[in-house]
Amino acid sequence: MIFIPLWQRLLVALVTAGAILLALPNLFYSRVEQANDARASIETGLSTTELEAQAGQWPSWLPSGLINLGLDLRGGAHLLAEVQVADVYASRMDSLWPTIRDALAAERDTVGFVTREEGPPAELHIRISNPDRAARALEIVRGLAQPVATVTGGGASDIEVRAQNDILIVNLSEAERTATDDRTVRQALEIVRRRIDEVGTREPTILRQGADRILVQVPGVGSAQEVKDIIGTTAQLTFNPVVQRTTNENADPGPGNILVPSLDEPGAFYILDRAAVVTGEELTDSQPTFDQNGRPAVSFRFNAQGALAFGEYTSAHIGEPFAIVLDNEVISAPVIQSAIPGGNGIITGQFTPEESTNLAILLRAGALPAELTFLEERTIGPELGEDSINAGKTAAYAAAVLVVLFMIASYGIFGVIAVVALAINIVMIFALLSLLGATLTLPGIAGIVLTMGQAVDANVLIYERMREELRRGASPVKAVQEGFGKAFSAILDANVTTFIIAAIMFFVGTGTIRGFAVTLAIGVVTTMITGVYVSRVLISLWFARTRPKTITV
Amino acid sequence: MAWRLRLAPEKTNIDFFRLQWITFGLSGFLMVASLVLIATMGFNFGIDFKGGTTIRTESTSPVDVGIYRDALSGLGLGDVTITEVFDPTFREDQHVAQVRIAAQEGVEAVTPETIEVVETALRAVDPAITFPSVESVGPKVSGELVRTAFLSIAAACLGIGLYIWMRFEWQYSVGTIVALVHDVVVTAGVFSLFQLKFDLTIVAALLTILGYSVNDTVVVFDRLRENLLKYKSMPLREVMNLSVNETLSRTLITAGTTLLALIPLLIFGGDVIRGFIFAMTFGVFIGTYSSVYVAKNIVLWIGLPRGDAIKKASANQFADIDA
Repeated sequence: MIFIPLWQRLLVALVTAGAILLALPNLFYSRVEQANDARASIETGLSTTELEAQAGQWPSWLPSGLINLGLDLRGGAHLLAEVQVADVYASRMDSLWPTIRDALAAERDTVGFVTREEGPPAELHIRISNPDRAARALEIVRGLAQPVATVTGGGASDIEVRAQNDILIVNLSEAERTATDDRTVRQALEIVRRRIDEVGTREPTILRQGADRILVQVPGVGSAQEVKDIIGTTAQLTFNPVVQRTTNENADPGPGNILVPSLDEPGAFYILDRAAVVTGEELTDSQPTFDQNGRPAVSFRFNAQGALAFGEYTSAHIGEPFAIVLDNEVISAPVIQSAIPGGNGIITGQFTPEESTNLAILLRAGALPAELTFLEERTIGPELGEDSINAGKTAAYAAAVLVVLFMIASYGIFGVIAVVALAINIVMIFALLSLLGATLTLPGIAGIVLTMGQAVDANVLIYERMREELRRGASPVKAVQEGFGKAFSAILDANVTTFIIAAIMFFVGTGTIRGFAVTLAIGVVTTMITGVYVSRVLISLWFARTRPKTITV
Repeated sequence: MAWRLRLAPEKTNIDFFRLQWITFGLSGFLMVASLVLIATMGFNFGIDFKGGTTIRTESTSPVDVGIYRDALSGLGLGDVTITEVFDPTFREDQHVAQVRIAAQEGVEAVTPETIEVVETALRAVDPAITFPSVESVGPKVSGELVRTAFLSIAAACLGIGLYIWMRFEWQYSVGTIVALVHDVVVTAGVFSLFQLKFDLTIVAALLTILGYSVNDTVVVFDRLRENLLKYKSMPLREVMNLSVNETLSRTLITAGTTLLALIPLLIFGGDVIRGFIFAMTFGVFIGTYSSVYVAKNIVLWIGLPRGDAIKKASANQFADIDA
């Protein structure tokens, strides 16, 4: 008699039953998917009889986790964007300039006049008219440095200043750059997520990848371009003082200033002070609205800091124009009629109602802190995915039939046991994939089919051992015990090495390769369980029922 | 005794070293030939590794590569390759082609305008045409992917080597790594020889081959370790032969089931993953071969310490489960 403790037998039965329950929803994929979607909408407060009916298609007490189908199976768009983190250095320098100018101007007697010179975008070049007092000027500017705002930054200051003859060169310190980069990418990630969520597509994947990249996968959209349109490029909103209006596109804006074209007046250009009074980052809300003449407009509200800066600026510059700049184009340049203290206002321009709605959404979602460039774009049509699923299914059925026949022909009743264990194995793979919400890709399907071939290896190892033991004259029970005992070491080694491979693929791979790695790794785990433990319980049950005097493996 | 399908006779006594100079020489020759092929012919890299754009077209009317080429020739796209795709899984009226455009010089990001232009030009010659997939990879990413691919294969070999060293002895580890390198190089050589498309999925396949091959090798080594304890005075070469013979039936049956699973995929799995499945199928053959003819030959060549050292080896073995 092969003795297996009751708890072990119960555990195997329980795990198998659990796996079947968890894998079940995938058999009714579209029905469960509809029910899940309906339930999600009902939870957000929308409730119609139609939704209730859809939700009722799948009982709520049953597991409803589904395997995510990868883009190659479902169709959709895949984008890899790189955040141009260096963009932020330039705007940091621009915003630093007024502070430094004021600090140096306060000591005009020692350092002389201060002017901003053109330099690389990530550096601030300041000329002082009294170069022999550069040391004092350096001291003043260094005094403006702030500690880096991170836990790891530990005491490092955010700017570095050096003097070159009469030029002071200010740039961000290494520690500050690292901290800024991280912040920029996280901000960009959040904004990309919000923009894609606003449109309400199903289950997008938006992940940070490496130091400065964002991976976006949106199932079900027709092309990568659609997703790019949703993400937009920057939607950077700033309010800048206007220096001059011009029609000369080659006009020299002068140091510290920039030349910006007008959005709706062809040929018109504005020379603006590069340092913005307030930026879109200080917006708290934005809504489409209409101005007093009934034309579409966009309202905005600043946070306290923005409202203060905006109020101070408008009260000091009544009668002067200032420009509302979106993505380097002047939307409008109204003249300040009166001080605007509350931080509320509207942007008027030649908008259509749709444009004002879109602009409000863009502003509300927040500006991307830096530009995104797209390094990788993939669009997979839904038909191709469907073809792939069907191809995978056909292959899987054919493979299953062949492996079953082969195993039964090779090992008789023990082959049947191996096949039952294999069936439980496949169910477990689907159960774990659903439980983890893992993504199944085309190579992943191949991984499952490959597992069918390899999973029986554990059984093969055990059965070959049993044959050897039987040849040596061992009793059936002894043969089974020795077979399992001696084969275990080889089974373990074989599976651990495969697991190492899967782990490496997961960590270095992307997209479809990761999907393959996950199924491979899950396959290893389930194979260990079914090949060794489930098979053993099945064999012991068979022994208990038939009590064979001799066995043929 | 009931009938059983047997891939190997019940008891074999093959001397796997008898032809070792031929088999080992063949392996050496294949490796060198593969390296030469890779160095001279290179790979037919997919866009994952070379950058560029591939557009898959599908139409109900037959593909005429010449017309497609003419439609695209005037667009100044640089290097454009058009290949018709055939597959037994396609429907009667399903005609598929693959248009590949090399990465534009000096352009980091992908330009949707280019794709738009290509699609418009193709629609003009075949109104029924659709574009089931469009994929673009910038040169920056593709460069990194090449590096990652190489590193991952190296890391996998190293990781496995360390594990084998931990579980067995360093000699086994060297044998395993040589066998793994052999498998990867020869498979890569086949891809170079036939200029089959080499992309990221092929790297995944190579890694899977590593997994399969090491699996086979470990089973033989596991038996070898056990037999070394059992037959203390038998010459190493004979113990090795005995171990391979004893595990031969298992080796063949597992290769058999794996091939039975892979071959339907190769036939019915569709053209998208055919390269991937081909690499794996080839890998099963080469992996089985290398664990019988390469890995253990290296161990024999280095030699194994017998006696005291073996006791230590057995201490490394995990405890058997309670049967």
